[in-house]
Amino acid sequence: MNVIVCVKQIPDPAVPGALDGSTNTLKRDGKLILDDSDAYGVEMALQLVDKAGGGEVSLVSMAPNSETSGLRTALAMGAAKGVLVSDPALQGSDALTTAKILAAAVQRLGGADLIIAATESSDGYTGTVPEQMAEVLGLPSVTFAKKVSVENGALKVDRQTESGYDEVTCPLPALISVTAGVVEPRYPSFKGIMAAKSKPVEEVKASDLGVTPVGWEGAGQKIASVTQAEARQAGEVIEDDGETFGKIVEFLENLKVI
Amino acid sequence: MALNNIWVFAQIANGTPTSSTLELLSKARSLTSNVVAFLGADGGNAAAALGEFGATKVYATGDLGGALPGVAVAGAMKAVIDAGETPDLVMFPQNYEGRDVMARLSVKLDKTVITNNVDIAESGDGVTVTTPIFGGNTLVNTAFTGAAPFLAAFRPKSFAAESAGGPAAAVTSVSVPDAGAAKVTAVHVEETSGPKLDEADIVVSGGRGLGEASNYSLIEELSKLLKAAPGASRAIVDAGWVPYSFQVGQTGKVVKPNVYIAVGISGATQHMVGMKGSKNIIAINKDKEAPIFGVADLGIVGDAMKVVPKLIEALKGR
Ligand SMILES: Cc1cc2nc3c(=O)[nH]c(=O)nc-3n(C[C@H](O)[C@H](O)[C@H](O)COP(=O)(O)OP(=O)(O)OC[C@H]3O[C@@H](n4cnc5c(N)ncnc54)[C@H](O)[C@@H]3O)c2cc1C
Ligand SMILES: Nc1ncnc2c1ncn2[C@@H]1O[C@H](COP(=O)(O)O)[C@@H](O)[C@H]1O
Repeated sequence: MNVIVCVKQIPDPAVPGALDGSTNTLKRDGKLILDDSDAYGVEMALQLVDKAGGGEVSLVSMAPNSETSGLRTALAMGAAKGVLVSDPALQGSDALTTAKILAAAVQRLGGADLIIAATESSDGYTGTVPEQMAEVLGLPSVTFAKKVSVENGALKVDRQTESGYDEVTCPLPALISVTAGVVEPRYPSFKGIMAAKSKPVEEVKASDLGVTPVGWEGAGQKIASVTQAEARQAGEVIEDDGETFGKIVEFLENLKVI
Repeated sequence: MALNNIWVFAQIANGTPTSSTLELLSKARSLTSNVVAFLGADGGNAAAALGEFGATKVYATGDLGGALPGVAVAGAMKAVIDAGETPDLVMFPQNYEGRDVMARLSVKLDKTVITNNVDIAESGDGVTVTTPIFGGNTLVNTAFTGAAPFLAAFRPKSFAAESAGGPAAAVTSVSVPDAGAAKVTAVHVEETSGPKLDEADIVVSGGRGLGEASNYSLIEELSKLLKAAPGASRAIVDAGWVPYSFQVGQTGKVVKPNVYIAVGISGATQHMVGMKGSKNIIAINKDKEAPIFGVADLGIVGDAMKVVPKLIEALKGR
């Protein structure tokens, strides 16, 4: 079984985000890392291939500045190879263009039995890219998967819903998006990290994939303005001395909710 | 550009339209008198409520019979558009089904979809939507370019749901050209009692600061005493302490209760976007630098394991 995982490379979430003053887009010029949300997909893919007893895990990613550090992390976990789409022309691309690019990268890898993405990225969180990719590729999909197995050549998925979960079956090939916590991502071993350095990553441009228009031109939207929301004022902060529960009671009494 | 014809992707739960549906219909009717509720379900029973909140027409696919709504409803929408009716705007709720339908439709129409919005306006510049970023501190206003239909998704509770006293909307059946290959074979509903998280007057949420799963019982006990709904940060949902339906935040519920009590929650931006609109916020956290204190009206710097049991005793004694 061959699986392709979408891995987004994002600015380190521990560093507070900022907007580029000239374009009003998120700054993505520093070093990028593997989005945690995609580590679950990589792990899921490795486990499914392992269970199937053959096949490999490949990666697709779209990122600026020929960035590969996030891809290398996923390769170190055990993926075999990847396609990176990196192209200044892609700056300003919307989710739809991103989906077209990633779908084309999937096709460049010759497709797969299963494509895995995360339910949403940590920095963009439009949450639409996976389902858009499925539509571009003409594949069935199951989004918000919290448990995944392959039985008799078909997917069995527990799909998160607002009020619980649904059991869903779906023939392969298909695309799924997985939620955080679906599996416990492994830490890359030292051996894995060393091996990842020599695993192949093909870098391509949007034009190599035949996707046009891209970037601002293809976006169907433009940022009109950026404003600051009214900040909420912090109130009283007190150190607990064993009696502060009384402050909470008083606060609730004043609001007449108790 | 004027928005003359607006579609709202409408959803039904337990026989009635969801609150997000009513919020979007209320906003839509303030923009135009031509509002279609597009349902991926049977329309009959909901037509009265949909009409009351502003729908002048209902398009309904009928029961989807286990098909997932992404392929099925987007295909039904595309079929109506191909038959000659083009909406200027399609509004979606930012939730699971909304996301799947808008994503599929966006590819079918080759149109961008702007997600995570809290507002929409028409002006000389065209149609602009507002998206909060960085935990809601910064608002980005984005204009659609190109030709309609514009596709936009809105976070829950962005608009007030207000009855317009309208008559029941006429229901037109629409066909589903493709149900998709994925099939729901069983539905599991996690039972909850007490007030609903996104409707409760008081919400008590617990986070990783509770230390271990069994300590969540403190949150449940406090909730019961306050007739509150218990909530959670994603950290403890991912850890499996409580079901996903408890999650407050960007990928969970948006809550705007009278009182929000955050226990052992740091106040990550993704949590804050789901609760910052609460009228009053109380936070208990042992780290005085925790970001949650930046939005709290009353902040207690202390050990939740000490403060909460005492609070529970005090409330019991009343
Ligand atoms: C794409 C994406 C979407 C996300 N969506 C959501 C979402 O919808 N909702 C959400 O909540 N998160 C969401 N997150 C996760 C979010 O970034 C945080 O990781 C999460 O909110 C942290 O949960 P927490 O506050 O419980 O845990 P932590 O951040 O670990 O905080 C625990 C807090 O407890 C305090 N504490 C420890 N011991 C005690 C004690 N004895 N008494 C009192 N206080 C104590 C600590 O000081 C600390 O502040 C999302 C993240 C991503 C990337
Ligand atoms: N630039 C990208 N490169 C690789 N994968 C991506 C990219 N953008 C989105 N994805 C995938 O799609 C998921 C959802 O992204 P989003 O729609 O931005 O929330 C991500 O978690 C990734 O799995």
